[in-house]
Amino acid sequence: MSESTLTLTDTTFDELVKLAGTPVLVDFWAEWCGPCKMIEPILEEIATEKSGALQVARLNVDDNVRTAQRFEVMSIPTLILFKDGEALARIVGAKPKSALLAQIEPHL
Amino acid sequence: MSTGALRTDETGKPEVDRSWEPAGDPAGQVAEVRDVVVLGSGPAGLTAAIYTARADLKPLVLEGEPSSTSDQPGGQLMLTTEVENFPGFVDGVMGPELMASFRAQAERFGAEIRTVKATRVDLSSKPFAVWFGDSRSGEPQLRAHALVVATGARSLMLGVPGESRLLGHGLSTCATCDGFFFRGRPIAVVGGGDSALEEAIFLTKFASSVLVIHRRKQLRASKIMQDRAMANPKISFLWDSVVEEVVGDESLRALSVRNVVTGAISEVPVEGCFVAIGHAPSTALFAAQLATDAAGYITTHDGTKTSVDGVFACGDVQDHVYRQAVTAAGSGCMAAIDVERYLESQAHA
Repeated sequence: MSESTLTLTDTTFDELVKLAGTPVLVDFWAEWCGPCKMIEPILEEIATEKSGALQVARLNVDDNVRTAQRFEVMSIPTLILFKDGEALARIVGAKPKSALLAQIEPHL
Repeated sequence: MSTGALRTDETGKPEVDRSWEPAGDPAGQVAEVRDVVVLGSGPAGLTAAIYTARADLKPLVLEGEPSSTSDQPGGQLMLTTEVENFPGFVDGVMGPELMASFRAQAERFGAEIRTVKATRVDLSSKPFAVWFGDSRSGEPQLRAHALVVATGARSLMLGVPGESRLLGHGLSTCATCDGFFFRGRPIAVVGGGDSALEEAIFLTKFASSVLVIHRRKQLRASKIMQDRAMANPKISFLWDSVVEEVVGDESLRALSVRNVVTGAISEVPVEGCFVAIGHAPSTALFAAQLATDAAGYITTHDGTKTSVDGVFACGDVQDHVYRQAVTAAGSGCMAAIDVERYLESQAHA
């Protein structure tokens, strides 16, 4: 993953999501999930294009079960958009870029 | 040997009907013309791409768009784990890995792959018109002298109350994506074919128990899969039963199941449900343009020829009998060879 994307863990999640000056889009993913891999390049593009207005972050659900459970993630990829630490939007399943942006942009 | 000659004009006389060319498109959009466009990127589409690329036809593959269903780049194998029966892989190979190799091989020989989904085709004009993105735009983005249809088949959903609401909240179409979240919980798999049993067996790695719900008394799955499932202590079966409703508020907590023999309705408490009740061909794009059989599969004759000259179909979109990665790949190769011969015959017509 590129420098424009933040890596979150159970320990750093709250601090980093709350401290971010912009909304944070968190990608709950795992190594074994094919559809997660498929949206990875799309998220990189979004991270670059929306740089300054949106922070893209990733949380590996294998290594960070606690946070995944806390947000009741039962299907991956799940994307949750946080603003000031609060979940504003949730996207379950891989989707094309246009569909992702349509759900994210109203909150930016 | 190149058959790219369709676009050249060796005799000074145009070989291709150019009457389709836009006289004056308001958007200024002029379709890109290709010898071969392949729709779909499963084993069939990518094999057609490998072969037509090696024949120097510079195929363009519209691979589809990301999704968590089988309708996605790479096709149904993207949602599987270990593929044990693809020849050449003694110890098996992971489905997504196999498809990544198909894709890389096609690109190695010059196939161009775009992550877009065709939204409309017009097979009545030649070269065939293909739209992706905005299908309402007057002019197509693409024109193709030959078209390979490899759009595959998509998983069927239950079509019962609660299903769309609880999708991603206990109800799943992708065992490999979501099985992990059902560690130590009771779950159900709906279906009786090979994919249903494969999912059931895979899910026993996580779930406390897996109930296979099947509408008949007998499984459709292969003997080897049946034996494995029957021998697995975590798997049990509910016969002659269909799911009537997916029950739960925030997340799935039960399935309402009807016994098709007695008519009795019961509630089965499970926390997860995986649907594997079969597939339907992805042919909406070609409705009323290509001949299909009663089940909606594209009919082919003399190899991979369809009812429209110059359009070839391969893989699961035209096969409801074999439906294997290796047969899909085989028919993709056939389509590529048929395309090559067709373009040659057109060039020398």
